[in-house]
Amino acid sequence: MLELIVISSLNGVLFGMLLFLLSSGLTVIFSMMGVLNFAHASFYMLGAFFGFQLTKWIGFWPALVLAPLLVGAIGMVVERYGLRNTHKHGHVAELLLTFGLAFAIEEIVSMIWGKSPLDYRVPALLDFPAFTIFSTNYPAYKIFMLAVSVIIFVALLIVLKRTRVGLIVQAALTHPHMVGHLGHNVGRVFMAVFGVGSALAALAGVIAGPALVTQSDMAASLGPILFVVIVFGGLGSLPGAFIASLVIGLVQTFAVALDGSLASAFGPLDPSTGPSVLTDIWNVTIAQVAPIVPYMLLVLILIVRPMGLMGTRES
Amino acid sequence: MTTATTSASKVAAKPVGGSLRFYGVWLIGIIALIVLPMIFSSGGSLTSFSLIGIAIVFALSYNILLGQTGLLSFGHAVHYGLGGFAACHMMNAVVSHGWPIPLPFIPLFGGLGGLVFAIIIGWVMTKRAGTVFAMISLGIGELVASSSLILRSVFGGESGITTDRTALPKMLGWSFGPQLQVYYLIAFWLVLSAIAMYALTRTPLGRICNAVRDNPERVQFIGYDPHVVRYIAFCFAGFFAGIAGGLAAINFEIANSAYLGAIQSGLVLFSTFIGGTAFFFGPILGAILVTYLQLGLTNLTTAWQLYFGIIFIGIVMYAPGGIAGLLMMHRPLIRAGTLWTVIPSYLVAIVPTVALACGVILVIETVARFSGGDAINLFGIAFNPTSPVTWMTAAVLVVGGAFVARLTWRRIAEAWDRAATVARDRGYLA
Repeated sequence: MLELIVISSLNGVLFGMLLFLLSSGLTVIFSMMGVLNFAHASFYMLGAFFGFQLTKWIGFWPALVLAPLLVGAIGMVVERYGLRNTHKHGHVAELLLTFGLAFAIEEIVSMIWGKSPLDYRVPALLDFPAFTIFSTNYPAYKIFMLAVSVIIFVALLIVLKRTRVGLIVQAALTHPHMVGHLGHNVGRVFMAVFGVGSALAALAGVIAGPALVTQSDMAASLGPILFVVIVFGGLGSLPGAFIASLVIGLVQTFAVALDGSLASAFGPLDPSTGPSVLTDIWNVTIAQVAPIVPYMLLVLILIVRPMGLMGTRES
Repeated sequence: MTTATTSASKVAAKPVGGSLRFYGVWLIGIIALIVLPMIFSSGGSLTSFSLIGIAIVFALSYNILLGQTGLLSFGHAVHYGLGGFAACHMMNAVVSHGWPIPLPFIPLFGGLGGLVFAIIIGWVMTKRAGTVFAMISLGIGELVASSSLILRSVFGGESGITTDRTALPKMLGWSFGPQLQVYYLIAFWLVLSAIAMYALTRTPLGRICNAVRDNPERVQFIGYDPHVVRYIAFCFAGFFAGIAGGLAAINFEIANSAYLGAIQSGLVLFSTFIGGTAFFFGPILGAILVTYLQLGLTNLTTAWQLYFGIIFIGIVMYAPGGIAGLLMMHRPLIRAGTLWTVIPSYLVAIVPTVALACGVILVIETVARFSGGDAINLFGIAFNPTSPVTWMTAAVLVVGGAFVARLTWRRIAEAWDRAATVARDRGYLA
């Protein structure tokens, strides 16, 4: 039992930090530009696929740097030639543009790399067990993932809160015209923020690719959870996204690891009414419910606190 | 006195002419629905017509949210799917209990299935509009789609719930075995739902929905709760989506979890938006186009979904009014008689635009078939995807086409401005 708790907590924190790496970019883009980037998970997927391809050509470590840069550049192009032109039609049009983009990216990726999972391996340098607890080897690569996520988190916080760049970014968030009058190119700031956000997503993709599955539906399966994270945490709130990421990461990991059901908990009280909805609910295991847990949390938070955990505004 | 009589006669004449034109459009539509299967009577075209009919009801129901109330939903297929399941269960129950309910009434139960879910979940969902609503609808959609795989007794797991439409009591001697009879059933419900949904846009509720879309604060000031208005609109949309789902269940005689999924929600968003959300007939056009492309392109290319994506992005960026918006832009010009000044620049623009489109198609198909090595057949010319000649042709078409096309598009814009100025002077354009 203790073993389960320790390993699941580690994995849960890991998944949570990965979610945060993704939702931080999304949150910063959203709170600055008002654009909820539907293609964010697609940039994460592009990161994984570019990482795979570059690893094959030039090795993992150069790929770790190069793939996010490439995806960041794509993100900047999208902002400059797509979103900026769509901005005059309102936020729904921007959301739709990124939705179409997510759709197109998924199709392009499955066209080039196929629909089946890729053989994206952990680099040899990190392919060893870091430590052993309760006779389970914990891979070093996962520790590396955790370290990268934490470093990015801290760096992001420092840049946003302590530097001049962060000052301009935060000011452009609330007073874009004033920032423009002070001589900063707000358009370029937006483009840079979008690029950095996309690059962060791609970085998550490069490091998550070998540990999770790299295939063309990874964006479609992660995207909705990402939106649950930022709605749950409160739209536009970075600390909220952080807490929500950890909560959802931990809850989902624990749910997967638990094999209990109502039937096993209240075995002697089996209603045995034949096949019905009740028997389904009675017999379903927590592990089976794991995929829908984030969405149940979403419904719950909407009923209890519609602005999300740390959100400040109703809409 | 003369002015008074002319204005009075104008007032009297206008509604008559207007209503004649109004009912004429509907009559032509109904006659087309009746006559079409007599002209195109092959099994394939009947199936296509049935699918298009279902898609139109679904897209129109989606437009109650997107076009009328300004709610962008990514989970509309939930109501469609639940309507399908409700209809399937109802049909099986009718057969097993021997209830005297004939098949044509089944879509109503589908509609109720969609409505009940909308009533339950809608209150929480419609608390907030805009981006937040979009995200929540996505989450709820995923929740229902994943739950459908867990609750096997209701949703039948991965294989779904099957049914037999011919086992139900007959009506007017129709067994609804042949596709033609199913088509007429769908056409009947299509007309009924379309009239109902059109009527909905004319009611005070429909108007206040538009007001909520455009300015919720002001709606609040005049004493309506935008939340309640959104909720009611959401319930109506759920009901009509359920009808579409019920029709689909009758057509395919099966309902499975794919009905509820994100792909179905995405398709209806595509059809509605590509068609145009600002006009009632927009989603109809979109549903026809998207279903037709879907049926036609799947045979031609493996990358058909990519074409959808590109068309969609193009519409979002360059024509947010959709196809209907593009068409209706020309109305004041036609009435002012200045359309002919624009047409030459259109004709000039066709050549480079088609060249650009061919280049894009060639690029996509080259990439799609690069590993397979199948030849690409574009307008009777065969291209080998691995040969540099193909890449060169594609590059020349894309770069050259884009360069020339931009120039011609600019000419269109200039010609358009001139024509619109004249139309404005003549009082046909606000």
